[in-house]
Amino acid sequence: MARSNEPFWWILFSVGGVVAAFLVPVHIVIFGLAVPLGWVSLSHAKLLALLGQPLVKVYLFVLIALPLFHWAHRFRFLLEDLGLYGLRTPLAVLCYGSAIAGTVATLWVLIHV
Amino acid sequence: MSDARPQRPGLYYPKMRTTWWLSRPGYVRFMIREATSVFIAIFLIEFLVLVHAVAQGPDAYAAVVGRLASPGWIVFNVVALLFALYHTVTWFLLTGVVQVVRIGDQQVPPALIVAGAFGAWVVVSLFLLYWIVVRS
Repeated sequence: MARSNEPFWWILFSVGGVVAAFLVPVHIVIFGLAVPLGWVSLSHAKLLALLGQPLVKVYLFVLIALPLFHWAHRFRFLLEDLGLYGLRTPLAVLCYGSAIAGTVATLWVLIHV
Repeated sequence: MSDARPQRPGLYYPKMRTTWWLSRPGYVRFMIREATSVFIAIFLIEFLVLVHAVAQGPDAYAAVVGRLASPGWIVFNVVALLFALYHTVTWFLLTGVVQVVRIGDQQVPPALIVAGAFGAWVVVSLFLLYWIVVRS
């Protein structure tokens, strides 16, 4: 009998949840509200300089990729809870697959800076 | 593992209506908590697009910021912020239940762990605000 792969996804869910809890609100405030509404001005040159730092890239990878796995886990069970338990396996593949795709996209963006 | 082990029985799912979670406030809060992850994920993809635009150049960056200034995105980001804060609060409150910290034989009171998480969150957020907006 195959062992459950649940613990692996659960750990990603859990770590992603911690990252999201600590870091996401302040980024929504800065980049989702303050910058677009003109409360603060972050010049392109400043941000590009930040992006050029390897540690900032690692930080951004953690910030974006891990909460995607947190989303995948919660969304999968959200859909199951709404009655889609017949689609258990396809939903799992779709959700975790999307998170993996997002992780690859994040890596791609950060490497091509 | 023995070969005589019976095959794994099928999982039992009780038949429930799609709207079962509307029947109690606690269930609604549970579903809201689960839904926070959707808003967080959409914001992070939006944020990744912004990072990509910065990498592409000043014009691309200005274009994305301009798009994010549209009423639709501002409303979305306000809603996303509320959901993200709900996630933060519920996550930290759960931390007090899940994470047992012992010093010697003494268990640290859960309320202290929750307070510590909130304190650390405020410090981290203020530091990032300073580091990104003021210092950079």
